[in-house]
Amino acid sequence: MRGLINYFSGMFNGIISLLKGMGVTGKYFFTSPVTIVTQQYPENRKTLEMFDAFKGEVTMPHDENNEHKCTACSICQINCPNGSIEIVSRDVVNDEGKKRKELDKHLYNIGMCSFCGLCIKTCPSNALAWGQEFEHSMFTRDKFVKTLNNEGSKLMQKKGVE
Amino acid sequence: MEFNIYDFTSFTKWIDESLNAAMSPFWVMITEMAIIGVAILAFYALVGLFLVYAERKVCAFMQNRVGPNRVGPFGIFQTIADLLKLLMKELVYIKNADKLLFNIAPFIVITASFLAIAAIPFARGLHAIDFNIGIFYVVAVSSLGVIGILLAGWSSNSKYSLIGAMRSGAQIVSYELSVGLSLITMVVLAGSMQLSTIVEAQANGWFIFTGHVPAVIAFVIFLIASTAETNRGPFDLAEAESELTAGFHTEYSGIRFAFFFLAEYMNMFIVASIAATVFWGGWMPFHVPGWEGFNTVMDYIPPFIWYIGKTAVIIFILMLFKWTFPRLRIDQLLTLEWKYLLPINLFNVVLMAFIVLMGWHW
Amino acid sequence: MAEIIQDIQEQEYIINMGPQHPSTHGVLRLVLSLRGETVLSVQPHCGYIHRGIEKMCERLTYQQIIHLTDRLDYLSAHINNHAVCMAVETALGIEIPERVKYIRTIMDELARIASHQLWWCSFGMDLGALTAFFYGLRDREPILDIFEESTGGRLIQSYYTPGGLMKDIHPDFQKRVKDYIIYFRKKIGEYDQLLSGNVIMNQRTQGIGKLTKEEAISFGVTGPSGRGSGFECDVRKHRPYGMYGKVEFKEILRSEGDAFARYMVRMDEMRESLNIIEQLIDNIPAGDFTVKMKPVIKLPEGEYYQRVEAARGEFGVFISSKGEKYPYRIKLRSPNFSNLSALHTMANGQKIADLVAIGASLDYVIPDIDR
Repeated sequence: MRGLINYFSGMFNGIISLLKGMGVTGKYFFTSPVTIVTQQYPENRKTLEMFDAFKGEVTMPHDENNEHKCTACSICQINCPNGSIEIVSRDVVNDEGKKRKELDKHLYNIGMCSFCGLCIKTCPSNALAWGQEFEHSMFTRDKFVKTLNNEGSKLMQKKGVE
Repeated sequence: MEFNIYDFTSFTKWIDESLNAAMSPFWVMITEMAIIGVAILAFYALVGLFLVYAERKVCAFMQNRVGPNRVGPFGIFQTIADLLKLLMKELVYIKNADKLLFNIAPFIVITASFLAIAAIPFARGLHAIDFNIGIFYVVAVSSLGVIGILLAGWSSNSKYSLIGAMRSGAQIVSYELSVGLSLITMVVLAGSMQLSTIVEAQANGWFIFTGHVPAVIAFVIFLIASTAETNRGPFDLAEAESELTAGFHTEYSGIRFAFFFLAEYMNMFIVASIAATVFWGGWMPFHVPGWEGFNTVMDYIPPFIWYIGKTAVIIFILMLFKWTFPRLRIDQLLTLEWKYLLPINLFNVVLMAFIVLMGWHW
Repeated sequence: MAEIIQDIQEQEYIINMGPQHPSTHGVLRLVLSLRGETVLSVQPHCGYIHRGIEKMCERLTYQQIIHLTDRLDYLSAHINNHAVCMAVETALGIEIPERVKYIRTIMDELARIASHQLWWCSFGMDLGALTAFFYGLRDREPILDIFEESTGGRLIQSYYTPGGLMKDIHPDFQKRVKDYIIYFRKKIGEYDQLLSGNVIMNQRTQGIGKLTKEEAISFGVTGPSGRGSGFECDVRKHRPYGMYGKVEFKEILRSEGDAFARYMVRMDEMRESLNIIEQLIDNIPAGDFTVKMKPVIKLPEGEYYQRVEAARGEFGVFISSKGEKYPYRIKLRSPNFSNLSALHTMANGQKIADLVAIGASLDYVIPDIDR
């Protein structure tokens, strides 16, 4: 007799639990246009905004005079765990006859970057920053290597020096 | 000729008579068969494509997604695009596979579901064959598909496929019983196996209302068992994605895969049609005895709409099953059939017979 | 004929599950020998995604190691980093600010919730309940947004660094986390309705994949999987680190040791994590987010071990230093590797479908197994 009661109560409870589950999916079905959470990505491209902290790519901000802050000290290159940064610098002699390095090319290979942020964190002159760009796919691998400094850009002179 | 949306009898009779006037009876038969064949084939393809789209949309809405929305407005041409892709795909042949059986299997599956459509009454007079053993025919024909599944699994020379096919065999053979018995319950109530008679008998109230508790039980059992028979979730053990990758059709590609896919959806449509016909009155409008005004209003809705509407509701329930429940294990599946559904079903037949005997059913 | 039948009955049906298979959650290969549907033995073959992280660490400074430990168990990246950072900090004898401890603990718990949510998704999907997958991902999304807002990363954050954090939290952090706690408390009830109470799911998991407490200890099965067998192994409770010593929380234990017990432990842990965050989120003290560290960290010569409770079990970092800026040797004790070793014991004699359920309840992350 107990077996029979268990048989029917088990069946009854089972059906109740199944109906509960169907209630959840059914609820979302009938409220569907409101509850949809997916983003329509290529359509919302114009309105899509990333968070300020978003790590899209490493960039080198330039000011309106096409000047950057990079002193070609190579600390970012040393700190990069993947070797995705390469600094090409040239030696220049200034008016006082002192030799110093000047940035020629800041090569950044985004294909090897793991977005750890060490280059930006350790940069002594705050020359690097995170960019918001995230559409990085390319057809060929060599396009991943980007030159971060603009064509013909110069080192920003420190204020108060002149 | 008069075309009446509420009654296709005169329309079909007109076609028959005008053909008879033009040619000999033999050629009339041939032509009519061809017309029906083409009509059903077109209907089959359309419904199949639409169901695939509907399933994707329904499950997307349940899962807080949008679903297909790129090809055409609301993505309605998505399945057509998919079909074109499948048509153009390479048919991969498996080394050491049994070529003949491997090629034949998808056709067996799709033919089985194709045959069953012939017996379904879509509206008054819109009915390919009106057997006097209609239900018997549908049950018999719809179980032919398992042969195709077994062949597909066996001939692919793949271990996953074989396991899937064996599961499917055990499953369909078991659940056949429940489908048959739950339909027999309704046959007892209707007193006929002819589908048109069954529909006519529900003019004053659908069987699910007039048949008391046994009809409701039979309906629930039919839904469960037919879900299992069509290899749909939660009974999709034969193709259990997370266990057997794709089960019996793992090795199929291109249009052959599309056949399996289409057949699965058409089987769903067929079981929903049968359920609508036997339990919910098919194309018969919703009537409440005594409410004359209400009944007249209901009669204004064409029978075809009634039929499609009821079928759609049942298909929605089947989709709700699939997208809510986890999959059963093979032994639990058989336990459900042999320890729960079958005894209840047998009891249910006796109960229904008792009710009919006492004349409580009207 | 009789001989053939006997031969067939005695033969084992060998089947390769993976390396490409939907329910191995990655490139894990399981060689199953079957009799019918019954699993006679499971042999895991790992190493398909071996990257040699331990070896690579020997040529990286301690700050640089962080970006590799992120990629072990990527679902609990914060927690892995916590272990490395603490190992370095204890070796150097640095006392880190309270604020850092608070933020790290909150981030760890958020990562744990997000990880368990993804586990719930894949658990549902492995059992065939496909809708569960999307509900879990939907609720995980706000956590990833919280991470992104403060750390800049969604999955791989690289947020901790020896001595503190890479940057301070976003001003909205506290508000968003508090909103999320309210939101998720509501949604977790839905999880129970959809899956936990479901009769099919209960039958699929109850009594499946039994692992006794003794077996769990001998295999080193830790984390929710071990606690499902009654093994009291919560590092947060027994060796408190971060702020865990100061907050009140339960160590979820279950005695059944089956797949359902492991499931319920994880479900309860999500609730418990919400409680932990709730106790901490209002009290984050003001202060620095990092200690001033030298640019080149040199650990004094010696061996250091630090363990933390990752989302899948005990994660340990062993650092052997010769006093240089690179570690001499690093050994990572990954929880999934030990958990996987118990798979054979659990799955022996069960059905194929049960093996999938057991795998889902173990919640393995393949990059953590292979390292």
